[in-house]
Amino acid sequence: MSTTKKISEDQREFDDNRGDDSRRPSPAAPPIAVRPLRHMADLDYSVVQQCMHCGMCLPSCPTYLETRQERNSPRGRIALMRAIADGNLEVTKEFGEEMYYCLGCLACTTACPAGVDYPKLFEHARAEIEHQGVLFTPERAFWRWLTLRQIFAKPWMLHAVGRMLYFYQASGLCSLVRKSGVLRLIPANLRNLEPSTPIVRCHFSAELIAEVEKPANTGHRVGMLTGCVQDLIFSEVNRDTVEVLLANGCEVVTPRQQGCCGSLHAHNGDLEQAAVQARRLIDQFEIDSLDAIITNAAGCGSHLKHFSHLLGHDSDYREKAAKWDGKVRDISEWLVSTDFRKPAGDAAAQKVTYHEACHLCHGQGISRQPREILKAVPGLELVELENASHCCGSAGVYNITQPEQAAKLQQEKVACIQRTGASLVATANPGCHLQIQNGLGEAAVVKHPVTLLAEAYRAEKAGEATP
Amino acid sequence: MKPRRCGYIRGSIAYGMKDSPTNFSPGSPVALRLAEIVGESNVFTCPEDLIPYGFDGTAALKESAVCVVLPRSTEAVAGVIRLAAAEKIPVVTRGSGTGLSGGSVPVEGGIVLCLVHLNRILEVDPANLTMLCECGVITKAVDDAATPHGLFYPPDPGSMKISTIGGNVANNSGGLRGLKYGVTRDYVMGIEVVLPSGEVAWLGSKCVKDVAGYSMKDLFVGSEGTLGVITKVLLKLVPRPKARRTLLASFDTMEAAARTVSQIIEKQIIPCTLEFLDRKTCASVEAYAKVGLPTGAAAVVLMETDGHPAVVGEEAAAMADIARENGAISVEQAADEAHATRLATARRSAFSALARIRPTTILEDVTVPRSRLVEIVSYVEEVAARHRLDIATFGHFGDGNVHPTILTDETDHEEMERVELALSEIVDKTIALGGTITGEHGVGLAKKAFLPRQFDEASYALLKQVKRAIDPHGLLNPGKIFDLGTAH
Repeated sequence: MSTTKKISEDQREFDDNRGDDSRRPSPAAPPIAVRPLRHMADLDYSVVQQCMHCGMCLPSCPTYLETRQERNSPRGRIALMRAIADGNLEVTKEFGEEMYYCLGCLACTTACPAGVDYPKLFEHARAEIEHQGVLFTPERAFWRWLTLRQIFAKPWMLHAVGRMLYFYQASGLCSLVRKSGVLRLIPANLRNLEPSTPIVRCHFSAELIAEVEKPANTGHRVGMLTGCVQDLIFSEVNRDTVEVLLANGCEVVTPRQQGCCGSLHAHNGDLEQAAVQARRLIDQFEIDSLDAIITNAAGCGSHLKHFSHLLGHDSDYREKAAKWDGKVRDISEWLVSTDFRKPAGDAAAQKVTYHEACHLCHGQGISRQPREILKAVPGLELVELENASHCCGSAGVYNITQPEQAAKLQQEKVACIQRTGASLVATANPGCHLQIQNGLGEAAVVKHPVTLLAEAYRAEKAGEATP
Repeated sequence: MKPRRCGYIRGSIAYGMKDSPTNFSPGSPVALRLAEIVGESNVFTCPEDLIPYGFDGTAALKESAVCVVLPRSTEAVAGVIRLAAAEKIPVVTRGSGTGLSGGSVPVEGGIVLCLVHLNRILEVDPANLTMLCECGVITKAVDDAATPHGLFYPPDPGSMKISTIGGNVANNSGGLRGLKYGVTRDYVMGIEVVLPSGEVAWLGSKCVKDVAGYSMKDLFVGSEGTLGVITKVLLKLVPRPKARRTLLASFDTMEAAARTVSQIIEKQIIPCTLEFLDRKTCASVEAYAKVGLPTGAAAVVLMETDGHPAVVGEEAAAMADIARENGAISVEQAADEAHATRLATARRSAFSALARIRPTTILEDVTVPRSRLVEIVSYVEEVAARHRLDIATFGHFGDGNVHPTILTDETDHEEMERVELALSEIVDKTIALGGTITGEHGVGLAKKAFLPRQFDEASYALLKQVKRAIDPHGLLNPGKIFDLGTAH
């Protein structure tokens, strides 16, 4: 199947004009609003035609299993997209709501024998929905502008917001606010989320990781992606990743102020900004000097590997993006492919179970490698999780936009975890990490597999120091 | 690459603009009555809800639905049918919509009656080896529910993970285990069916012997929703085999593979599965499932024997010997139970995996007496060459059921004409060999035109006579299997 995408000339100009990250259109280009973007119509027809509606995807789809209605299934959604491409259906509010009811978990991609490129269809459908504004409300537009075009578009702003949140949480202001009842002033869906706001770390990645870190004996030279959420909330996972890489003879290069990779934008219908984010990220790495570019967040990884799809029409970046795609590796993928060093020593036995982040197993086809890492950690006994590859309901911002469905999936996940009797859950994506930890409460601890490996290396070192 | 455009082959009229003799719009008398019967939240009439019900698993067959209802009980189903009978509205029943003959594609102006919510398993009776369940239970869930009792529901159509048992009964579905265990009909002991009048009838019993009256349940098994709406099914279960062994043999000619299969059966070994895949199918399946299928061989045969451990071991060894005697390039045994399951699952995905090659995948289902299998397979190859078509073939070697799959593009009208010719010739050859136009997918819309070639005049007329007797107004799935002509 062809993976080429046709982007209209208008779109190309439009994207090129946006390279400077300015919101003001250049004098040569008319204002954005009159640009005829046609995300669905311009999609190569063979991508929708690839679906032969056999129904094999139905049992994998969390929303179909919930409602048993065809429109809430992958083939149903593709049928709607095909109807739009054929001119038999307009992009309607109903279609918009349907595409935002989809989790984008990509379980259907794994289930599909026909090889339908659902991620591409999903992103283009959402982009078209945003372009046509069928879901427009002033409130929604404000939040989208604030998050996609401001906070997650500008690394300095993300850090500033992170600092403010840290201060709010660490100073005790947080509990004061909760007691004061001020929270009643904000909308209920956001208020309900407040208690599960993740704890921002005191130190962000750049404070924990030097720009270049070298091991005693260098084998490979790799770039390190620090992410956005990972950078603020799980900066220690980034540190652990670097330590594991160092322990395996990798020189690690970590550019400062990386910001969001744009997966958040692409998954939420803002392909233009996603392209801007991608270009910025590419510019920060000397791709040719690196053996691999390492990510430890599944949601980012499955997006980072497809920059050439996003920038394929951009003559300045097309080649760079192709090179980039070829070098991005998930940390577990990299470690297993380079035959990582198994830590020695013994530790108290502990049961661990593994939740497969959707964008690792379905998005990148990485399933075996994280388990191999867990099996290599002394003391850990891996207990398989029932429905390990079912979505936990985090799905990017799904738990904010569709709290009800997200909560159902969270409860199902927690119930499965509890049946394993494991006190430790490993997962490799910040969204899943938070969603599952919030669901579990005190019942079990969630950790990134790389953290468990880093801990084992540290224990090994401590054991050597005190024989 | 230039984007391709195409309209629907059928029903190319824009959704929502179609003239329907019945007004289903919200607030109309029929819509209000339907809402009363099944509940307002289970009646759908907006285009976004309807479009995904415009097709089943069959390529190139589409018709726009105008009203979809999802009842949650037999009473609600009966209510819908009574309303339809009173208002003379056609009704198309469907389950998960995985059919491969267009049997559950909507009919113009009709109600789509989707039964996936009737999905309760009502009883497992280990003393009588039966299970009673509602029609919307997933096929695999039937077997899963039998397993803890040491019981087994053998029919395993390719779509078993999502197909409904009601749909299986209505189409008399087969599967990979047909050779030893038979097909769905062999496991149906009773059904509850809503008749075209809206009355509810129970047919059959838990008795192994039951000759009271005509075998009415058998009339409804395989009736493709044209005679009644099956709402409950009483199924026969069998003891779960204690052991199974899976072998994979590859051959450099289809003839050698076929000879192996014939000799296995001649030696009176009845394995539960004898599947074959040609080179093209193997490559597609392997690209999807990555289970280690040999991709270079002309034919791969998947063999599975199950039963008592001692017998299974003996039969597996004998089958491997026969394969080697017939010049198999390789004979491998599945490493463990999990690998065996992966191989069978991979085989079940063959049809969909072939869709990787060309945009449109047209699956045939011709079946011949086992002894004529090589003839039909070579004939398909000859037809492919003559009409310059890409045809992959796989199927059930053990029961003579082959699935020549034409890989084409529905938007290429010239090629589609050649496809039509090829299909017609394959059908004629099948009939000449004493075979049938469909082994397990049903007639539906896809094979309707070929049915008169297989049936003599008297038997074709008898079909219509039965239909008229049970459904005099022709309201249930009209236009499927055959056209009634001037019955209205």
